[in-house]
Amino acid sequence: MCTVCGCGEGEVQQHEHHHEEDEHGHGVHHTHSHAHHHDYGQGLAGAHVAGMSQTRMVAIEQDILSKNNRYADANRRYFSERGILALNLVSSPGSGKTTLLTQTIGALGEAFSMAVIEGDQQTSNDAERIRQTGVQAVQINTGKGCHLDAHMIGHALDDLKPKPASLLMIENVGNLVCPAAFDLGEAHKVVILSVTEGEDKPLKYPDMFHAADLMVLNKCDLLPYVAFDVEACCAHARRVNPTIRILKLSATTGEGMPAWLTWLKAAREMAGIEMSHPHEAS
Amino acid sequence: MHEMSLCESVVELVQEQAHLQGFCQVQRICLEIGELSCVSEEALCFAFDAVAKGTLAEAALLCVDTVAGVGWCSACQCEVGMQQHYDACPECGYYPLVIRAGEEMRIKALEVV
Repeated sequence: MCTVCGCGEGEVQQHEHHHEEDEHGHGVHHTHSHAHHHDYGQGLAGAHVAGMSQTRMVAIEQDILSKNNRYADANRRYFSERGILALNLVSSPGSGKTTLLTQTIGALGEAFSMAVIEGDQQTSNDAERIRQTGVQAVQINTGKGCHLDAHMIGHALDDLKPKPASLLMIENVGNLVCPAAFDLGEAHKVVILSVTEGEDKPLKYPDMFHAADLMVLNKCDLLPYVAFDVEACCAHARRVNPTIRILKLSATTGEGMPAWLTWLKAAREMAGIEMSHPHEAS
Repeated sequence: MHEMSLCESVVELVQEQAHLQGFCQVQRICLEIGELSCVSEEALCFAFDAVAKGTLAEAALLCVDTVAGVGWCSACQCEVGMQQHYDACPECGYYPLVIRAGEEMRIKALEVV
């Protein structure tokens, strides 16, 4: 076990995993306990008897994800101080996340600096695909884990050191269930759904579509060949999340990509505006 | 599968508390899990046995208190039961409902030695 932040061995495998005193306060938080004892003095034994032990109730009242959320807050502060737009890309496996990323990198060109964190159970194939485009990428292998958590992202940031005002894409493990619950400190969750999947996925996996701000409907060039009802899919997504935005595109053909790029630019502008808040207030 | 991570978080929080409050064994862990949270109680209990092995929570019993989903219908101006995020008001059919309860994932208390 890591003695600095308590991460278990084998949980995360990362390149150059190190534990310097980092800038974004990751790992330096300690629990401030609001717990108080309720020692009723009436354990199973009823009295102190040799060989039998007293038990007591300890009220904790803590969110199970409180530790993850503390790391997520530290990540969010890191992004906010640097005007970085961090997006958490979630989908089932094979929806075209990595292709969307490589095409986005190509289309944005020099417009702004980008960095990528790739999450997969095994292999560094995706990070290598990203690096071939010239963009910095860190691969996190979650091993037995089915999602990224905020703690892993904190360590990845130590290695990646994304530039101020850059766009950080976090490609989560392909899974429409587990990543929904884990805040990474991102500005938005973006859920990617391809038209080769079922149009009722928003209803089947409501937690994820409920948590996302944007749904990207990918592989739209294949619509003539598949029985996928776009309108029904959008209605299902809005049923689960009435404020979700929806973009239809094909990362392969480039159809619909300009709207996605405009959304990215607008979201990055917003990240920059948020960055200036503390200074304006002071 | 994420129930495994949640169990790891539970054990970590219990270990923190053991350090702070000076106990060395846990007999019972009382959790509050909302109906609308993405947690399966069965999977949670299954994962817990594996995760707690070799820790001070190894012998602990996991007691899960399920919190019913409650939503606010702004048309009827009343609270109604919810089983899914996309449920409409059973009275008037209006949606979305504002979730008032059911997303909890909390450790309430521990019985310790």
